[in-house]
Amino acid sequence: MDFNDSQQEAAFRKEARDFLEVNAEKRSIISDKPNDKSPQIAVAGAPETVKGGKEAAQEALERAKVWQKKKAEAGFAAILWPKEFGGYGGSPIQQVIYSQEEHDYLVPSGYFEIGIGMLGPTMMVWGKDEDKKRYLPKMITGEEIWCQLFSEPSAGSDLAGIKMKAEKDGDEWVLNGQKVWTSGAHFADYGMIVARSDPSALKHKGLTYFYLDMKTPGIEVRPIKQISGTSNFNEVFFNDVRIPDSQRLGGEGEGWKVALTTLMNERLAVGDPPGLDFDQIFEATKELEVEDGLAIKNSEVRQKMADWYVQSRGLQYTKFRSITALSKGQTPGPELSISKLVTASKMQDVSAYALELMDSSGMVHHDQNPVLKNLFQNGYFFSAAMRIAGGTDEVLRNIIAERVLGLPQDERADKKVPFNELPSGKN
Amino acid sequence: MNFDFSDDQKLLRDQARKFLFDKCDRKSLRTILDDDRLHYHKELWSQISEMGWTGTAIPEEYGGLGLGMLELCVIAEELGRSLAPTPFSSSIYLFAEFIKNYGSEDQKKKFLPLIASGEKIGTFALSETNGTPKPSNVKTEYSSEKINGYKSPVIDGETADYLIIAANSDNKGNRNSLSLYIIDLHQDGVSKTSLETIDPTRPACSIKFENVKAELLGEQGMAWDMTENIFNRAAVLYSFEQVGGAQVSLDEAKKYSMERFAFGRQIGSFQALKHKMADMYVKIELARSNAYYGAWALSTDSNELPVAAAGARVSASDAFNYAAKENIQIHGGVGFTWDYDCHLFYRRSKLLSLNIGSTRQWKENLISNLEKRNIV
Repeated sequence: MDFNDSQQEAAFRKEARDFLEVNAEKRSIISDKPNDKSPQIAVAGAPETVKGGKEAAQEALERAKVWQKKKAEAGFAAILWPKEFGGYGGSPIQQVIYSQEEHDYLVPSGYFEIGIGMLGPTMMVWGKDEDKKRYLPKMITGEEIWCQLFSEPSAGSDLAGIKMKAEKDGDEWVLNGQKVWTSGAHFADYGMIVARSDPSALKHKGLTYFYLDMKTPGIEVRPIKQISGTSNFNEVFFNDVRIPDSQRLGGEGEGWKVALTTLMNERLAVGDPPGLDFDQIFEATKELEVEDGLAIKNSEVRQKMADWYVQSRGLQYTKFRSITALSKGQTPGPELSISKLVTASKMQDVSAYALELMDSSGMVHHDQNPVLKNLFQNGYFFSAAMRIAGGTDEVLRNIIAERVLGLPQDERADKKVPFNELPSGKN
Repeated sequence: MNFDFSDDQKLLRDQARKFLFDKCDRKSLRTILDDDRLHYHKELWSQISEMGWTGTAIPEEYGGLGLGMLELCVIAEELGRSLAPTPFSSSIYLFAEFIKNYGSEDQKKKFLPLIASGEKIGTFALSETNGTPKPSNVKTEYSSEKINGYKSPVIDGETADYLIIAANSDNKGNRNSLSLYIIDLHQDGVSKTSLETIDPTRPACSIKFENVKAELLGEQGMAWDMTENIFNRAAVLYSFEQVGGAQVSLDEAKKYSMERFAFGRQIGSFQALKHKMADMYVKIELARSNAYYGAWALSTDSNELPVAAAGARVSASDAFNYAAKENIQIHGGVGFTWDYDCHLFYRRSKLLSLNIGSTRQWKENLISNLEKRNIV
């Protein structure tokens, strides 16, 4: 057992580190950078929260695009992609190494991950050659940003319950309906969408997959204000949106199969969320006073801290096990399926407990305190979203139970009935 | 990065698993459980000793196989899976490690070959009263070359030939008054009283010492430091036993939930049970990964060991305690009968998590070691 890089890995790490040292700024455990205040919902591909209204958001977007271009020129923007589309043609272990290194730096995140991680790979499998040539290189450089239009008000955990209508009209399709929880729809140039082309077919059989220009007439994007007060997601309304049949990916009725390509890549796109973990609350307990002195000297506090430490490091070492498999050129086992389930709840528990330790001052945001800042107040809200975005805790437990442990699937009412005959709620 | 066991180590694991599956079945385990006079599975003990498991991490010059601590971790996990009723942990993780790390050359020559061959069994005892052991509640004394006092509980005490204890070597009653002594238990003045443990497949007794001969182990006044270090080393090995036991608890819960039908379907198809088993899986994977890190620290003599060992121990205790109790829950009524095996794991999980200090105590160790590391 060792934690050493192989020679090639070490060389690649140096390449990544050299690039980052010159082009980015290091992150500290608890940073005093204004844009590093919020723990990120990296799983949802949501960009960092930006305060200061539309102008500031636009500036942040421009900064992100400048950064992405640099990263693409250095070859690190799409390490797993083949060279012909502007990728690095690298291996999963190289992707891991780059992510590890980048994690220590303050760089824009949340704008390009969904495109490069999920939608690009879908187009590589299902797109026509001219589509790939036209769209993929600009996805990497950040010149064009993509969003994923899957979830709907009545299709969340049960994603195949999509109701968005796709009706064929000659060489065109007409889309009507609503999408929701679309990260980045307000700045995306293009999107990929699943819609129901045949409501009389079985649920998973009547779907078709398209890509589209977000400026197509009839598309309206409305931001959703979250409990954190920020808006990372949108509702997107489609009103007689006409798109050519040439923008279809996969066959008519094959949409679910194409969507699975996208979703299978979701796990690979999941980054290491920076932000709120054992290290942060450990620092805080050295500052905060409770009834009998510093929090870190209190026995109850210490017992709780130990639990979070073993969760946090346990996840880190679980990642090391997966990385070891990648490094040997093998497919990692299912162990990393526990990652978000553990991380999200831990963040929520850590945040809530840190507020407890602050006592009544936990009620207010601490912009002025260099150690505490808003970290735990923000984490308290973000973690609630994190337990839902990218698969709820409950869905993740089902996945572990069924796909990892091999337990029987739930009895389902929707398997053999045409979609338009399924019972549904008021949505 | 190579954060995994080697192919040879995995081969050893497969062989050990197969061997224990054949030779340490539930029936033989229950023989020990049901008979108060039996303290361990003698036949199994001599077989695993013959195969050299007892000498895995003991150098060849002292009669061992001279393999490393990683191999011992592999064997520990298998012993944990099979709930092997042997004094392996006491004799190998504790006694042998004390001698190996702190014994004089003469002591190593004298004791290690006997332990490696399984011919003799050793154990260790610290505790004398209820609650967390601390220097001030060690009353046993060494003076005029004799030990007088009392230790309880002494795990595997009735089986053991040798015992290492902490005793006061001066009257100051603090941490630096305590030294370690090796006692040959076959002598006048040693009296043992059987105790009933929560897991009778891992027995214990109390031992009274009246003018008993003993020899000093390691430096005088260093008992506490030496014990902390050996407990750290042993904690990693115990955590592998616990991960092994936790995994089998999950496997058996899963198997039962797929065979048992209620409301016209497999009970394993109900989300309430699936989610419980998913939670077991999460805790086990976290524990396994923490144990791996402990194994790495142990095998490389890293100064990370105190933190890594405590992390492994806390995580593994949590995983096994949870898996064992929820295994009973998933079995329903039959889960708390003597006939079903759930209680074997429930017993063992709690016993293992108390054996070298409670989870509470290890959590405290973890945080205090993290504080120390930050200062350094």
